[in-house]
Amino acid sequence: MKLSKEQHKELFYKMTLCREFEETAAKLFIAGKVHGTAHFCIGEEATGVGVCSPLEVEDYITQTHRGHNQGIGKNMDVNRMMAEFLGKQTGYCKGKGGCMHIADFSVGSLGANGVVAGGLPIATGAALSQQYLGKKNITVCFFGDGAANEGAFHESLNLASVWKLPVLFVCTNNLYGMSTHINKSMNIEDISVRAASYGIKGIALDGNDVVTIYQETLKAKEYVLEHGPMLMVLNTYRWTGHSKSDAQLYRTKEEVNQWKERCPIKRHRDLLIDQKLFTEEELDELKREAVQKIKDAVAFAENSPEPSIDDIFDDVYAL
Amino acid sequence: MREITYAQAIQEAMSEEMRRDQNIMFMGEDIGVYGGAFGVSRGMFEEFGDKRVRDTPITELAITGCAAGAAMTGLRPIVEIMFSDFMTLAMEQLVNQAAKNRFQFGGQAAVPMVLRTPGGSGTGAAEQHSQSLEAWVCHVPGLKVVIPSTPYDAKGLLKAAIRDNNPVVFIEQKLLYRTKGEVPEPGDDYIIELGKADIKREGSDLTIITYGRMVPRALEVAEAFSQKGTSIEVIDIRTLVPLDTEALISSAKKTGRVLIVHEACQRGGYGGEIAGLIADSEAFFYLDAPIKRLGGLDVPIPYNPNLEAQVVPTVESITKAVNELL
Ligand SMILES: Cc1ncc(C[n+]2csc(CCOP(=O)(O)OP(=O)(O)O)c2C)c(N)n1
Ligand SMILES: [Mg+2]
Repeated sequence: MKLSKEQHKELFYKMTLCREFEETAAKLFIAGKVHGTAHFCIGEEATGVGVCSPLEVEDYITQTHRGHNQGIGKNMDVNRMMAEFLGKQTGYCKGKGGCMHIADFSVGSLGANGVVAGGLPIATGAALSQQYLGKKNITVCFFGDGAANEGAFHESLNLASVWKLPVLFVCTNNLYGMSTHINKSMNIEDISVRAASYGIKGIALDGNDVVTIYQETLKAKEYVLEHGPMLMVLNTYRWTGHSKSDAQLYRTKEEVNQWKERCPIKRHRDLLIDQKLFTEEELDELKREAVQKIKDAVAFAENSPEPSIDDIFDDVYAL
Repeated sequence: MREITYAQAIQEAMSEEMRRDQNIMFMGEDIGVYGGAFGVSRGMFEEFGDKRVRDTPITELAITGCAAGAAMTGLRPIVEIMFSDFMTLAMEQLVNQAAKNRFQFGGQAAVPMVLRTPGGSGTGAAEQHSQSLEAWVCHVPGLKVVIPSTPYDAKGLLKAAIRDNNPVVFIEQKLLYRTKGEVPEPGDDYIIELGKADIKREGSDLTIITYGRMVPRALEVAEAFSQKGTSIEVIDIRTLVPLDTEALISSAKKTGRVLIVHEACQRGGYGGEIAGLIADSEAFFYLDAPIKRLGGLDVPIPYNPNLEAQVVPTVESITKAVNELL
């Protein structure tokens, strides 16, 4: 399937918006405006944006701690994301969750997770609902290479397989779990081979190729609705440290720079210009729009009220 | 005496013990070159190499069970679980295996392992990275539970934990890692026996029983009250299991007023156990006021820093509780 101009525009804009969101968030950290930590996905924008853009609202996703691209891909509102990042009442979690827990049920995001592999059983359950209720939708479960070594990964893939649940397991392989390279945490190079253990289909894709990811996700959705779960591995790289505090002694600058050469946004931009779908000026204009959108988001967040301690017991239990 | 941080004290205890006993090894996520999420093990990989300081995959259940299995067969493993919240993933092996294997095998096995893990809120890490889950492990016979409040205690207690022949859950306090205190020179091999509380400040009008990060807060409150002529005793229990019951009972008898403070949620918290212990003892007849508990609010730890600071006992709320007892 060839992507339309509109679809290309959406992908380019969302990836650019995500990059801008995170670069701005990093500056807010440096300015001392944020308490806590954050995990950035700079360099990995194509993964979440490529997978989530072709989904419908009724398709669910479960996100990771490194999931701004997944949220923006699924059309989350950057104003409320930024407000949550700054701990404000108007944020997605009323300032109680922070960016490790952003969720927007109205667009189908069942939430980001602070626990590595914590989303896999949840996604399996969401897919159970979809199957049980006779929906024609799927659940996409994001997790990292490091998460693929947790028991929850193995147990979830197996359960989803035996029950043929409509879940697409998407492993964002950025080669590291914190400081630990996958060659120290698993004895395989291609994580998608693990699918075979559970009798499900596994594929591995270039995680910086947003167009292919988009196309393959559409095919995967059809496949999953018919046959049950599938494992899609997206091979990519995180440019920044694991979190705010990371001296990155475990990798070389050369390695990081090599991956920066393969920037998913630049790659898409070059393609759009090569194929004469957009002009340089049009793409620059889209970037300016994204920059403005994030500026507005920061203003929205900064002008939002702090949550009140009087509401602290709200939402501990449902009424 | 020289001053070092709480984190350094922990690192020194591990390193000194590893130099003493070749069968002590250390494993966990990102403890090698990275030095641990809080930098506690910085330098250890360089000194001991990858046989004895092992980075593991992200697999808490297997790490913990692997430590238990190795402990039953000649090693003395130290395990680091990056955040105490992730003890929940290790719980099966910790609770059903490590804690039980001596008893259920009729005394044939010993499980000399230490599970080190940082607990507590205050870092803006929100619901899943800020809990104080010590009551969970205190409830399990077969486990010992330690929570130090000073660099001196951390070093001496961790050495004792490593030499102990039982599984010890050693819960560190994130917000204390960078605090400094006096600790003897590296060669001075001191040990603090598990099961001995420490009177951090003597007093005669009221006893605050506490541990971990709440100890410095209780001391601050005690100091403020002493300016007003009220003498508060602050007892740091240091080891929750085994618990120094005698020290608590005799202090309660002496002052007649007891306030128990901890960061963990009040409901089902360890403070209930301490209150019950005092109420069950002869100290009951010496009490001038009901025993009072002050724990964290029964809510998950929120992200927003103002909220986060207010869901655990503060100097203000401890002061208020003391006033209610006087
Ligand atoms: C159960 C659990 N163990 C450890 C951690 C600490 N931690 C947070 S992210 C992370 C690395 C995760 O690696 P990966 O799954 O590859 O995702 P990435 O960070 O690379 O996106 C670790 C160890 C955690 N949050 N949860
Ligand atoms: Mg990774």
